Amino acid sequence: MADQNPKDPKPKGVKPAMPPGVRPAGPKGVKPAMPPGVKPAGPKGVKPAMPPGVRPAGPKGVKPAMPPGVRPAGPGKKPAMPPGVRPAGPGKKPAMPPPGGGDGAPRGLTRQDFATDQDVRWCPGCGDYAILATVQRLMPELGVPRENVVFISGIGCSSRFPYYMNTYGMHSIHGRAPTIATGLKAGRPDLDVWIITGDGDGLSIGGNHLIHLMRRNVDVQLLLFNNQIYGLTKGQYSPTSEFGKVTKSSPYGSIDYPFNPISLVLGAEATFVARTMDRDPKHMKGILRQAHNHRGASFVEIYQNCNIFNDGAFFQFTEKDAKPDTTIFLEHGKPMTFSRGRKGIRLNGLQLEVIDLTDGAWSVDDCLVHDETSREQATILGRLFQQPGLPRPFGVFYRELRPTYDELLQGQIEDVTRRKGPGDLEALLRAAETWEIH
Amino acid sequence: MSDHPQAPEKHVEDLPEATILFAGDSGDGMQLTGSQFTLATAYAMNDLATLPDFPAEIRAPAGTTYGVSGFQLHFGSVHIRTPGDEVDLLVAMNPAALKVNLRRVRRGGAIIVNVDAFEEKNLKLAGYESNPLEDGSLKGYHVIPIELTKLTREALKDSGLNQKEIDRSKNMFALGLALWLYSRPIEPAIEWLSRKFAKKPDVREANLQVLKKGYHYGETTEQFAVRYQVPPAKLKPGTYRAIRGAEALALGLLAAGQKSGLPLFYGSYPITPASDLLHELSRLKNFGVMTFQAEDEIAAVGAAIGASFGGNLGITGTSGPGVALKTEAIGLALMLELPLVVVNMQRGGPSTGLPTKTEQSDLLQAMYGRNGDAPLPIVAASTPGDCFEAAYEACRIAATHMTPVILLADGYLANGAEPWLIPDLDRLIPFRPPFVARPNHESNGHEAFLPYARDPETLARPWAKPGTPNLEHRIGGLEKQHETGNVSYDPDNHQLMTRLRAEKVERVAREFPPTEINGDPEGDLLVIGWGSTRGSIEAAVESARKRGQKVSSLHVRYLNPLPPDLGEIFSRFERLLVPELNNGQFVRILRDRFLLPFVPLNKVQGLPFKTSEITAKIDEMLT
Repeated sequence: MADQNPKDPKPKGVKPAMPPGVRPAGPKGVKPAMPPGVKPAGPKGVKPAMPPGVRPAGPKGVKPAMPPGVRPAGPGKKPAMPPGVRPAGPGKKPAMPPPGGGDGAPRGLTRQDFATDQDVRWCPGCGDYAILATVQRLMPELGVPRENVVFISGIGCSSRFPYYMNTYGMHSIHGRAPTIATGLKAGRPDLDVWIITGDGDGLSIGGNHLIHLMRRNVDVQLLLFNNQIYGLTKGQYSPTSEFGKVTKSSPYGSIDYPFNPISLVLGAEATFVARTMDRDPKHMKGILRQAHNHRGASFVEIYQNCNIFNDGAFFQFTEKDAKPDTTIFLEHGKPMTFSRGRKGIRLNGLQLEVIDLTDGAWSVDDCLVHDETSREQATILGRLFQQPGLPRPFGVFYRELRPTYDELLQGQIEDVTRRKGPGDLEALLRAAETWEIH
Repeated sequence: MSDHPQAPEKHVEDLPEATILFAGDSGDGMQLTGSQFTLATAYAMNDLATLPDFPAEIRAPAGTTYGVSGFQLHFGSVHIRTPGDEVDLLVAMNPAALKVNLRRVRRGGAIIVNVDAFEEKNLKLAGYESNPLEDGSLKGYHVIPIELTKLTREALKDSGLNQKEIDRSKNMFALGLALWLYSRPIEPAIEWLSRKFAKKPDVREANLQVLKKGYHYGETTEQFAVRYQVPPAKLKPGTYRAIRGAEALALGLLAAGQKSGLPLFYGSYPITPASDLLHELSRLKNFGVMTFQAEDEIAAVGAAIGASFGGNLGITGTSGPGVALKTEAIGLALMLELPLVVVNMQRGGPSTGLPTKTEQSDLLQAMYGRNGDAPLPIVAASTPGDCFEAAYEACRIAATHMTPVILLADGYLANGAEPWLIPDLDRLIPFRPPFVARPNHESNGHEAFLPYARDPETLARPWAKPGTPNLEHRIGGLEKQHETGNVSYDPDNHQLMTRLRAEKVERVAREFPPTEINGDPEGDLLVIGWGSTRGSIEAAVESARKRGQKVSSLHVRYLNPLPPDLGEIFSRFERLLVPELNNGQFVRILRDRFLLPFVPLNKVQGLPFKTSEITAKIDEMLT
């Protein structure tokens, strides 16, 4: 462990040089920017609470790549969404509470309004209950009319979720929820679509759809309940089970190396990547709110305890005694400290290392400051996965504003319609060499 | 035509019909040559049918038999139903093209060969031990050797193009010559070339020059004593255009969307021969058509289901291997009772099979290829133009009966072309999906929405779009409780729901028009077909009837449920013949349903039936 915590023999008072690029987002940072005309306020109608210093759009913004034929709107060199991409169309803006939400629910909805009359059939003690309760509590605060909310799931314990939400919902087939959500959202950008999946459903049988949902940036929230086990099929190892895990299907230990879900979706060009846990409902609610407010595909990994087949898989991160020293909660613009402020994280070259903030050798100023707009930093943080001595991060790893698939699809339709005029079927039937027979 | 005066000394002979086949390397531009000849033939107002026949490889090694690409066209002043049993004129660009296609040429037929390509290397590649132009093996054919390569090079020696570019124009020489030989107008090809190469004037000029050179060559050479003329066909009056099945199918889907007010969502993964449907629909953005090129076949159908859940008409198109991958999702749509149209452009199977060849061997897959008791309506298109109506019907059934529908077409229909009487859109009957806007049930003074409360007539469930207040509901692949749609493991409920789903599909047949019989309503033999065999079957029946045989045929568009009047029709015929391009699939369904001695006629060669193959079977059964 010694090399995990090296102490630079630096004299006191001399600030260790920050590697370039790890400053908090400044004006010179390469900022993914939404082009003018695309307000961050999306169909979901709620302004994303952007952390200070992260401007939703800047003149120096990086132009999002547009498909050929999609011309920028208006004159000038403004980076633009395809013309006709409406940031919020008619009917998409139901009466919203003031930004920030609070408890002002529209039409006086409460948590109970989002519960169905169906008996919840998860095992007593399952972490899924806490997630369900958190989502049901969050819903009234988001200000989205109940009828505009859709939950789509695949197969597995977590995928029973839609049956318990009094919204529109579909419990589909194994691994395919992202495909159904993509078609739904493409045709109905006004809806608030949530995908509920698990580590087997989302990363094994449905892995392909998950990565494509991320790269396309379909404007949905995907909650991946990770319990590192197959629950509904009674206890086989999953694609996130640790190497060597003994299960019913791996009596001599699993020889499958596990996925790191955060790294996986970062590699798939995800625009919102976060992690939370079932045992911290307050954190979970905050993260889910941010995920909802993000315009684009939001990926939230939720550590969830399966008390029947994999009890305690995450206790080292979720239980009171161990949590302070094994976890670090990321907050944009704040230095990375943990262990109740006694320890910090700094970047040494490309490696993260733990520094002791109590003995005077290091101060908070030496800690890496979280910048959730930096893909590079998110990539490095995502690697805090199975490294002994380093804490496991929770919170938002990465956030980027990029045109969403549904906006682009509808925008292209509107753009082509404007250029060519609304289609005329009668004319199209004759849009070839024709001849008359008398 | 004024600038191409006919040489007066040529004798012009009238023909009622003719079949021409262009064949060469897959890089020789034969598909293009064929489609331009088709266009000119449409201009000449002939009836026509085409058969493009090409390898799966984009550019197979030059000169080999497996790299041969062909385009066959049958045209006439009479009703043309098939691409032709026997070829009257073969244009062979190299020895391999001759080797592969000689067996299709009728004895006495003409063969134009590019004599320049008949050198040692190409002969060897084609597997010829000696030169067929010299060894007498083509005796009985009228062989016309032409120095296509040399003439093209001469024509373009001052064009400034390089040798490769020059040689690529030689198909235009062949096209020009063929146009002259059959008295087709050259203008459509000139217009097309001018448009296609508008931005490459040197290439445009070269192609035009060679095209005209080929046309004039016919006039001046002494190799042709006769020139042919095929008078216009007597088709039903109206406005016509040439259409390929893939185009007609896309137009049919579009028409259905417009007549129902349903926005179309088309999810697809590229696959031969269905990709053209994706290409066609992706151009129709200004009609509001949403197209989604998915990461795989499953995502394509999943997205279509999601679109339908949202109140759009979800459609997915593919071929047999893709349907196999979509199977589970089709079952989901069936359980959700949402509209979904699955287009299967069938190709030779099983597995990857023969991607570019036609077959009808996915019928049993469509019928039975799902887990559980999972019936769904199946509709089949019978000609390229009929793809329009079949697609419209598939959409209508899906959206009014709340069910997935499989639409069967095939590679022959997708790529084949025919003259098409442009339909009168006002005569298409609009249809209304069962959308609901408010709760459909009341108990104890409370309004409720029952997502599986069925229409008493059709048994279709209501379609509640997300976004509609007070209709929030959950659906899924688990068995549904009758009416409420809640998850139910109750044994009696499962039996009831299984029966209701089957009954719902059966009731689709209530809307079918009476089955039409081609020929007399009774007789010695009835030929029963489905799908793209229609042309061959009807041509065979016509030929048999001319010879005095009491033969009729009927063509089944609705393969599931079957039209209710079939049993009564079958009882009026002594014998029943079922020709199919598979190893016997529809015949099994018919036997199962009617317990009658249906006789199969099966062909699985990746090619359509020849009329003669069916007449031979008719003769066999009637003697």
